[in-house]
Amino acid sequence: MIGVELVKLVRRPRTWVAVGLLCLLPTVVAVFLATTRISPPPGQGAAFLSAVLQSGSLYPAAALALVLPLFLPIAVAVVAGDAVAGESSQGTLRYLLVRPVRRTSLLVAKLVAVVVFVVGSVVAVAGSSYVVGVSLFGAGDPVAVVRALPEVTGSSDDAVAGTGPAAPAGGRGQVGSSDAASGGQAGATRPGAGTGDGTVVADDQAARERAQASVSSLSGEALSPADLAARLLGAMGYVTVSMLGVAAIALFLSTVTASSLGATLGALAALVTSQVLVSLDAAAAVTPYLPTRYWLAWVDFFRDPIFLRDITAGLWLQAGYVVVLMLAAWANFATKDVTS
Amino acid sequence: MSGDNGTTQRIGARRDPERLVISTRGLTKRYGAHTAVDGVDLHVAEGARYGFLGPNGSGKTTMVRMLLGLVYATRGEITVLGRPVPSRVAEVLPEIGAMVEGPAAYPHLSGRTNLALLDAAGPRRDRDGRRRRDRVEEVLERVGLGAIDRRPVRAYSLGMRQRLGLAGALLNRPRLLVLDEPTNGLDPHGIREVRDLLLELNAAGTTVFLSSHLLAEIEALCTTVGVVDRGRLVLEDDLDAVRGPTGRLVVRTPDPDAAARVLGGAVAERHDHTLVVEAAPGGPPALARHLVEHGVPLDGLVEQRRSLEDVVVSLTGPGSDTSRAARRNGARP
Repeated sequence: MIGVELVKLVRRPRTWVAVGLLCLLPTVVAVFLATTRISPPPGQGAAFLSAVLQSGSLYPAAALALVLPLFLPIAVAVVAGDAVAGESSQGTLRYLLVRPVRRTSLLVAKLVAVVVFVVGSVVAVAGSSYVVGVSLFGAGDPVAVVRALPEVTGSSDDAVAGTGPAAPAGGRGQVGSSDAASGGQAGATRPGAGTGDGTVVADDQAARERAQASVSSLSGEALSPADLAARLLGAMGYVTVSMLGVAAIALFLSTVTASSLGATLGALAALVTSQVLVSLDAAAAVTPYLPTRYWLAWVDFFRDPIFLRDITAGLWLQAGYVVVLMLAAWANFATKDVTS
Repeated sequence: MSGDNGTTQRIGARRDPERLVISTRGLTKRYGAHTAVDGVDLHVAEGARYGFLGPNGSGKTTMVRMLLGLVYATRGEITVLGRPVPSRVAEVLPEIGAMVEGPAAYPHLSGRTNLALLDAAGPRRDRDGRRRRDRVEEVLERVGLGAIDRRPVRAYSLGMRQRLGLAGALLNRPRLLVLDEPTNGLDPHGIREVRDLLLELNAAGTTVFLSSHLLAEIEALCTTVGVVDRGRLVLEDDLDAVRGPTGRLVVRTPDPDAAARVLGGAVAERHDHTLVVEAAPGGPPALARHLVEHGVPLDGLVEQRRSLEDVVVSLTGPGSDTSRAARRNGARP
């Protein structure tokens, strides 16, 4: 059954349109950057963009940063939301089930196909942007951006968060570790420095100055190609896992409704809600459990040394979402009347 | 309402439970307050061509879905091919071919690819790719789609989709075919072809369970009929028994007045040159002799038989969803 689902995925034009669009956005950005040579100042624009002019081999990371907030979750939610609901509304679900395909195996096959789509999209984005980056910007020395990331070496959570340039360390130190964690998150969302969004407005100016100071003062050894490749692979893997959380939400909703659109939009609504709450101090109590909370921790793969705390937390969190939602999807689907 | 569970009319003998391919007991399905299927006891004998007849919205499709384990019953038992459903439906389905509520396929793929995918999704036996291709070609041939090209199903006519759905149902070489409205969308030629195909399969031992709202289709194809009305099975019997004699004779004569004089009170109905007469002892020969002896010329004299339509109309309410809703609204104080 898994093979059948993969064939269906591969032979569906939509799959390739989605992957193509995902690769297109970073390419368009790269063309603009390469023709104008105007890079966003460090700390503005998507992560890594300011550095790619010096090293095209970092462009995959910049591309991931470009597609991660919106394009990739949408593509994943579309594919996963359609997984069961699409078959249901098309009427093919009943024919699969009487073929017979056991409901559990169908769900597992759908999950595997979605995972393959996520992996494939991330690999396609990274691969295409590597080619685009290197051909437009040259292979260069990929050290700068790594050095430009805020240092995050510390023993305690507070110390760690405080070292991030974007962290509102001084002003809110008393709030405690959860706030410190969100400060660290803000640092991660704006690697190379934190220009403020809602959470860090007060510290915006100071943070930017500090960030620029840190960039200009940095000098370091070049990353070896192998090291860079390993870090990129780590980041790609982490982004994939983050997207699996999205996929699990959409797949669960897909077993609930017969409307693909409903499942997709439901998953996206959940992500938007999560994003809003992550940036809301008043929601600090639930922030660590929100699906998008650690999405941007993949940036930590490019720190020196690699900063694992948020990455680990993110992996556990996504694993939790996937397990709980897939169990819910299974419980719902296995006992459901198929009336479409 | 047509009454309680016991009102299912069964004129013929009880069927041997050993030879039943489908049997249900007290099968009931409720969706909230609405009862779609209400205490149905179904008996489909092996080798039968069973017509499951009822107006739209009478619960036929829900019933079919329960037999296939797609919908779970609220109450009651189902046995298909000797095994309980839905608990062991996975063992039963490989021997069943089904078409439920119209065909469905992936619109961007060709009919052949659709079938190949459906085939590959099936049970683990026959994983050999070559035999699989042969099987797909064989069923396409059987339903008259052997020559289809690589056009996507999107471009198919309804009739072609219907044939494709039927082909999918044949992939298993089923012992039991469960078909919901299989001739929907086919032209008269196609209907004849499908009917011949079903007869051929049935002759080779496949039991055919056919649900339809089309009386003529069931009358033309089936040996047994089950009539469902508002979720209840109101009749289940052999078609021949259903269409049995009414106990009256139909007399056609050029001189109806003379005939009426001779027959007197035995005449039940009279239309132009046709009289319907209560049968007297001796049957048609005796009556013919009697009329001829009294100088009444005869054009014809036959036993009156019930038509399936008469039976169904007398047993079922005025029919489908709309009228039921209207009735319900009218009944409100």
